[in-house]
Amino acid sequence: MIARVLVANRGEIARRVLRACRDLGIGTVAVHSDPDAGAPHVREADVAGRLPGASPAETYLSAGRLLAVARSAGADAVHPGYGFLSENADFARAVIDAGLTWIGPPPAAIAAMGSKIEAKKLMAAADVPVLPELDPAQVTGADFPLLVKASAGGGGRGMRIVRTPDGLPDAVAAARREAESAFGDPTVFCEPLLEGARHIEVQILADAHGTVWALGERECSIQRRHQKIVEEAPSPAVGPGLRAELCGAAASAARAIGYTGAGTVEFMLARDGRFFFLEVNTRLQVEHPVTECVYGVDLVRLQIEIAEGARLPDAVPEPRGHAVEVRLYAEDPALDWRPGSGALHTFEVPDVDAEFAVPASYGLRLDSGVESGGEIGVHYDPMLAKVIAWAPDRRAAARRLAAGLRGARVHGPATNRDLLVRILEEPGFLDGDTDTGYLDRIGLDVLAAPLAGEDAVRMSALAAALAGAAADRAAAPALGGLPSGWRNVRSQPQRRTFEGPSGTVTADYRLDRDGLVSGLCPGTSLVSAAPERVVLEHDGLRETFTVTTAGDSVYVDSRLGSVTFRAVPRFADPSSHIAPGSLLAPMPGTVVRVETEQGAAVTEGQTLVVLEAMKMEHRIAAPASGTVAELNVTAGRQVESGAVLAVIEEASAQ
Amino acid sequence: MTLKSTLDTRGPEYRERRAAMLEKIAALDAEHAKALEGGGEKYVARHHARGKMLARERIEMLLDPDSPFLELSPLAAWGSDFSVGASVVTGIGVVEGVECVIVANDPTVRGGASNPWTVKKSFRASDIALKNRLPLVNLVESGGADLPTQKEIFIPGGRMFRDLTRLSAAGIPTIALVFGNSTAGGAYIPGMCDYVVMVKERAKVFLGGPPLVKMATGEEAGDEELGGAEMHARASGLADYMAVDEADALRLGRQIVKNLGHRKPGPPPGPVEEPLYDADELAGIVPEDLKVPFDPREVIARIADGSRFDEFKPLYGTSLVTGWTRVHGHRVGVLANAQGVLFSEEAQKAAQFIQLANQRDTPLLFLHNTTGYMVGKDYEQAGIIKHGALMINAVANSTVPHLTIVMGASYGAGNYGMCGRAYDPRFLFTWPSAKSAVMGPQQLAGVLSIVARQAAEARGQAYDEEQDRAMREMVESQIEAESLPFFLSGRLYDDGVIDPRDTRTVLGLCLSAVHNAPVRGADGFGVFRM
Repeated sequence: MIARVLVANRGEIARRVLRACRDLGIGTVAVHSDPDAGAPHVREADVAGRLPGASPAETYLSAGRLLAVARSAGADAVHPGYGFLSENADFARAVIDAGLTWIGPPPAAIAAMGSKIEAKKLMAAADVPVLPELDPAQVTGADFPLLVKASAGGGGRGMRIVRTPDGLPDAVAAARREAESAFGDPTVFCEPLLEGARHIEVQILADAHGTVWALGERECSIQRRHQKIVEEAPSPAVGPGLRAELCGAAASAARAIGYTGAGTVEFMLARDGRFFFLEVNTRLQVEHPVTECVYGVDLVRLQIEIAEGARLPDAVPEPRGHAVEVRLYAEDPALDWRPGSGALHTFEVPDVDAEFAVPASYGLRLDSGVESGGEIGVHYDPMLAKVIAWAPDRRAAARRLAAGLRGARVHGPATNRDLLVRILEEPGFLDGDTDTGYLDRIGLDVLAAPLAGEDAVRMSALAAALAGAAADRAAAPALGGLPSGWRNVRSQPQRRTFEGPSGTVTADYRLDRDGLVSGLCPGTSLVSAAPERVVLEHDGLRETFTVTTAGDSVYVDSRLGSVTFRAVPRFADPSSHIAPGSLLAPMPGTVVRVETEQGAAVTEGQTLVVLEAMKMEHRIAAPASGTVAELNVTAGRQVESGAVLAVIEEASAQ
Repeated sequence: MTLKSTLDTRGPEYRERRAAMLEKIAALDAEHAKALEGGGEKYVARHHARGKMLARERIEMLLDPDSPFLELSPLAAWGSDFSVGASVVTGIGVVEGVECVIVANDPTVRGGASNPWTVKKSFRASDIALKNRLPLVNLVESGGADLPTQKEIFIPGGRMFRDLTRLSAAGIPTIALVFGNSTAGGAYIPGMCDYVVMVKERAKVFLGGPPLVKMATGEEAGDEELGGAEMHARASGLADYMAVDEADALRLGRQIVKNLGHRKPGPPPGPVEEPLYDADELAGIVPEDLKVPFDPREVIARIADGSRFDEFKPLYGTSLVTGWTRVHGHRVGVLANAQGVLFSEEAQKAAQFIQLANQRDTPLLFLHNTTGYMVGKDYEQAGIIKHGALMINAVANSTVPHLTIVMGASYGAGNYGMCGRAYDPRFLFTWPSAKSAVMGPQQLAGVLSIVARQAAEARGQAYDEEQDRAMREMVESQIEAESLPFFLSGRLYDDGVIDPRDTRTVLGLCLSAVHNAPVRGADGFGVFRM
């Protein structure tokens, strides 16, 4: 029996594994990089080992350090989660060689599937349908469009779609570079691109006694840059016959490589119903919760039990209902999926029925790696959480999930929340019309449009202003009890200006005995205003706005959509009038020497200009390393106090 | 105890009174609108086109966001040849959490030039700053004195500068933010202030401009050399700060106030509790005909915290209501006329109550609706003069802050005993329903008529009844007009005419303001004639 598991991972998957261990009464050891020292998974484990540094290579990818922590903490097993070292056969071997239990498939199986090229050969031999593999050096015009893939790849990295032969060399080179840096193996290959195909995968579980379960399929067709963002079980495109075929093929694949533990066999499902083996993921998948919900199993618990030598029951669990998962990312779909980082002030999903576990009955599940007050770092994947809805049917699950996302309060970096809601409510999606080209087909112009329309932004700005006013009144050291903005002779409304999603918006408002008057939202009346909650009435409807302020950021959540504003200060900071990096004359004087020139590289502290004033020489030095972007003076020149002598462009700013 | 209102807000009496009051409030709004117009559309547009802010725009930007602002004397110069408001805006507002008196020239009215009413209004603002120890912030842009009326301004106008330095000497900070012209005598405004900010390329502060200098000494000099912000910030040192623009000047003004380290003496006010009755109903209490009395407890129930009022001597001298309450958390003693007339008992009760408030360092609130002290043989013989003198002695020598609201009538010596303008209440506001005069217009006309008739009879002449009627009508309408709030407010006999529904807010602001100075009762009074 396993006594203490080291979870060699971070974020939501670490928390997920910790939860299963706690349920089993197994002790837990977390590991953390320096930026993760305050992360929730660290607190939730019995003990936590530090992995000094921040980069994945120094921390979660450092097999030596992980094993050292396992040793010192007395762990007798290692769960790798997903990503990082989860599909690293050498690490699995090192764990086993250290006398610990590896909660995963045998290293040989990992190795066999680690090369996509080799894996395809093995599968073809086991009669699993595979797509022909093309050698990049030998493809012809008829082979296009095609896909360049990294043999060691995963998560879409090192993958490129190429539509014409002239694009191939660049794509191959780029894929090689990416594969080399991500996986340490630059091998790439090509496959015909199946357009309009779906991504279908089968969850398998195999014990060491020959039992293999195939727990139905998941569809993960909706992807951005080959990264799944919406996943569901079962697939709307798979009927009982096809399901039996897929499960049969997946079980054959597992048996062919002597697989044990949890794994996933991925297929492409063409529009004509043919399917082709893609790869085997020899680990738990990010999207495992949808299978857990539908089949009522705890896959991590089963992984652990299988590692302990337990037998799977002969009877495969029966599916019930439909589950849809979305991945909530700190990334802005409208800005080319730019990942965000920084403080996460609030992270709240309403009415969650279970966390890291299957809800007792149909409901909402949340697997999150973050919490309010946390920080989104730049070193790791910007996924905040997975939100999963489980319901009797697909439409019900989509509706429940969309509602949960709409009601979520996520304050910090931009997220893909609105995109996810739009997908879940899009008619094509609801009809099950999904394939890997879904996002391009519907278009980001439609899907990435914010949920909050112009009217919602205006009302949200007004709510933000009124909440700000209420907060200021509550904090006022004098006359705080008097009516907000009271005037006996009124010349103008109060105003607050914000930078909003569609530019600057100024909320004007007047509160007097007749109530609220706002030119921004004519006809809107005020029901109540508190620093964190404003109720406005418009067209006979009461709308409640939750307002959260953090620094100059104001987050307004309502039924109409969530809007993030930046409060524009009433007064400009006078120092902001000056270009950053400007060197100002500290006093009036004469330039004695100029020791640099335009465009020159300078280092911090280097003397650039010498001024003479009051018979003293004053050295003007570079405040930071960079280049001289502007040089405004020559020797002998008289300068006034505050004159800009030079502007240094900082090296890091370029 | 908690007051129980008996006001029937659905009855015809309430509805009539309210309708009449709302009409008067609408007229007040119309007069305030004139003050807001400043120099009118053309000059406002020109001012804006120069990239400048209006006086009230400057004030709004200076104030803490969403804080209240009480404009003082907004009807100054009403009924005179000058614009309503007297080309200056004054008031009390909160800057960086500090209650300040703000004085802002309105440059759209004849370049912000001072007329006799401007000067009076500014003096009143200085007085308020001094008595209540409130920092004074001047937003300066004035073309100096209105020369045609210099005879009314020049001699008394020197007080402007005297007041500034006396404020400074008393430890009350004075700040000048100079947005434009501040020349000749006006140059002493920044000159006398503790802190001076000038707006770059806008402020002009000199004793003599280029033409005057040329005439006086033959020297050729430009505006900027003589009085620009750069010059004063770098050369003369008159400007402590140079602002890059108007907003920057206001930012610097706020920064100066923030760094004053201003602290109010005494404990902070208690918790604020709203009255049980709606302030809106204050519009329906005062009868249009002031001969009809009304119960001031209905007013107190709508301005006092929790509508609580602990009455003092409720069974004695019942024509004057006295008692203790809190407004916006501030303790206050209230004297309110109930039946109009003040008898000996009321006068004695008032004198005692005022002394008690002085013993306990408690501010007093006077709610006027009085026709004066009782006249007649019995009352004279019972010593009504003596007793009235007791009350006037007490009110005149009381040193706790007095706040006065003229709700209805304020006639005769009643105006004095109830702390009218001459008795220097810290603040005096008037409801649109008020009338103040030596007596009611009909009474005054009647007295004149009787005196004329007696004179005619003494001379053995026949009295011309026709002429008498015409005389009475004329006198009545003249006195009526001169008793009305706008007229009196125009002459600075109050600090403003307010919407009765704002009374609690105005009192709350004033009570908070008076507590910037120590509240201390009198050590002694005049000799009380017993």
